[in-house]
Amino acid sequence: MRRILRRREIVVDDWTHLGEDAVDGAALIVPLAELRKDPGRWWQWSGRLGVRLTPVDRVEELADELPRLDLVAVEFPTPVDGRGYSQGRLLRERLGFRGELRAVGAGVRQDQVFLLARCGFDAIELTDGEDPDAARRALQRYDVAYQPGSPETAIRRQRFFA
Amino acid sequence: MYQYDELDQAFVDQRVAEFRDQTRRHLAGQLSEDEFRPLRLRNGLYIQRHAPMLRIAIPYGLLASPQLRKLADIARRYDRGFGHFTTRQNLQLNWPRLPEVPDILAELATVQMHAIQTSGNCVRNVTADHLAGIARDEIDDPRPYCEIIRQWATLHPEFTYLPRKFKIAVTGSPEDRAASEVHDIGLHLARDAQGNIGFTVLVGGGLGRAPVIGQVIRDFLPLAELLAYLEAILRVYNRHGRRDNLNKARIKVLVKTLGVERFREQVEAEWQLSRESAARLPATEVERVRSFFRPQPYEALEDFDASAGREPAFQAWYRYNTRPHRVSGYRAVFVSLKAHGQNPGDMSSQQMEAVAALAERVSFGLVRATHNQNLLLADVRQRGLYEVWLELERHQLAMPNIGTLTDMIACPGLDFCSLANAGTLGVAKQIQERFDNLDYLYDLGDIEIKMSGCMNACGHHHVGHIGILGVDKHGEEWYQITLGGSANGFTALGEVIGPSVPKNEVAATIERIVEVYRALRAEGERFIDTFRRVGLTPFRQSAYATHPAAA
Ligand code: HEM
Ligand code: SF4
Repeated sequence: MRRILRRREIVVDDWTHLGEDAVDGAALIVPLAELRKDPGRWWQWSGRLGVRLTPVDRVEELADELPRLDLVAVEFPTPVDGRGYSQGRLLRERLGFRGELRAVGAGVRQDQVFLLARCGFDAIELTDGEDPDAARRALQRYDVAYQPGSPETAIRRQRFFA
Repeated sequence: MYQYDELDQAFVDQRVAEFRDQTRRHLAGQLSEDEFRPLRLRNGLYIQRHAPMLRIAIPYGLLASPQLRKLADIARRYDRGFGHFTTRQNLQLNWPRLPEVPDILAELATVQMHAIQTSGNCVRNVTADHLAGIARDEIDDPRPYCEIIRQWATLHPEFTYLPRKFKIAVTGSPEDRAASEVHDIGLHLARDAQGNIGFTVLVGGGLGRAPVIGQVIRDFLPLAELLAYLEAILRVYNRHGRRDNLNKARIKVLVKTLGVERFREQVEAEWQLSRESAARLPATEVERVRSFFRPQPYEALEDFDASAGREPAFQAWYRYNTRPHRVSGYRAVFVSLKAHGQNPGDMSSQQMEAVAALAERVSFGLVRATHNQNLLLADVRQRGLYEVWLELERHQLAMPNIGTLTDMIACPGLDFCSLANAGTLGVAKQIQERFDNLDYLYDLGDIEIKMSGCMNACGHHHVGHIGILGVDKHGEEWYQITLGGSANGFTALGEVIGPSVPKNEVAATIERIVEVYRALRAEGERFIDTFRRVGLTPFRQSAYATHPAAA
């Protein structure tokens, strides 16, 4: 039973990654490459569908399909690979994605969650061994920020606005 | 100078609390060294040869006396009573103890200072001309824009984990005293036809392994677009910069791979698309920040020749260690950290305290760190110069060698740095000893020596008139010498003179090089100009004790 941080709450994950045990009708997250390989199959999936991006995937290519996706998972293979932050902001701000934006991968740790939330990630799937409670507290490490960002964190004062 | 408001203060305080927690988890074994490294680097903490090294930010080089006093106090209580001023307007402490670093950062926060983003692959301390606000050739004071960029870049949610470090410099004068053309982004203040302030934007400069001079991607960027445009550049870089090879990860490599034209197109396209969602820079915010950098309340004074009739030692100091000021009756005074026999850029706690007190008496309580590893008292009454000189003399801070050959830049090298190939401090000493005759130094005039202990080029050797680079030859320390580099206004990379020389030959080789200059120079011609006129060959022919082919 995986627990994730969604908005400011720790909840039991209701999504399954391809490769995990997925019953028919489950909410399923499929890698973009897999979706491209077998679009007929995945777009017909019986449950809700999400896609998982790697750092090299260009989010712009998803523009037309986003309305049909309930979730986009962005992979952070290490804590220092920062490409996903740009992918996240682009999905939210340029492509107007309103579904769940989830950070996944070995790089997703409590010391990243504040930045992730500011970039528009409303769901954080911590890597194994990370403590969800610590991560939830880490969301509130700062109550001020210089840059514009999404309101998942507890920012009471901000310098620059979009 | 800029004063923190409640937001700035809350931010640094919360940052200290975060780092305290991260350090605690590391020491408790919950964060491995690999996991802790990127976190500590973003708080200025390296682990070096002997101990951790903490790099404290001095944003665009500006310090108030209480801040300098605090640095002195920290160096004394947490370190060995001295610090090292770097070429990027930071201060490095070489011996702090890891468990105490959060306490040091908390102390810094009490005087509106921090070590945030002074290392790691993120936007680093934004640097500026040390004569900002007082230079006669200035278009506008760069410091308010540096402060705005500092704030915008601080814990930027999208750009805290870039492919590689990212350095920005802003200059307001045609004579580029901030080496902006060897920065990832160089911003040159400019005015459009209507007189509006903006920037010429350069990208892709950098030293290190493959030195590159920055190229212009926009002739004029209106001020209001500053942050939106920086975001566009950083976003293109964050998405497309290489992450597979550390040595190819700087933005200069991306610019080179794409070609500057395509890079520009991508940035401009990104900018057009993201202008709406990017951080705006309203005029009210510019005004707020600018209000902290208004000219000082100068007295109405006449210029006069403070050196007339004084003893030669003072006259020499006046000539070499002071500079003209925009306001009559004032001069800028260098505090030389280049006394012979000391490591370039090092300063003791006691010296810092003396300068802090002196600044309060004679220069509005402000001190600046310069790119050349000296300090500057920017606004000294000409009438008070003699007393200032006496006081600096008393503290060994009046070596009258600014701009001369022994006002050299040197990175810490093998004595402190675990990446070094060779020592730099011993070589600096050797040069100081050989060139200890001031008359000879003065005869040689303006010569910049810049020295790095390895290819990473922390000592900017590529852009020294004379560059010295430590290389490792079968486990021995050797030195490659370059000539003709320059970083102010006419940026050029030095040319290698020939085979590298052993350690004990460096100063002698430099002496032979400057002797060639003395023989070939035209009346009043500087070393760098002679070099540009005659080229490398005559220097190469005489630089070696034996013919280069035999060396
Ligand atoms: C002692 C610990 C230090 C370490 C481990 C260190 C490490 C490095 C490394 C690895 C680079 C190359 C980066 C690259 O090419 O991408 C570099 C460049 C640089 N460092 Fe340091 N450095 C140290 C101290 C200093 C000091 C004391 C200064 C100033 C005097 C300094 C200023 C610079 C500058 C100006 C560059 C060149 C920037 C460029 O490549 O554009 N560093 N440093
Ligand atoms: S140039 Fe090399 S030796 Fe010198 S400080 Fe930088 S990394 Fe160390």
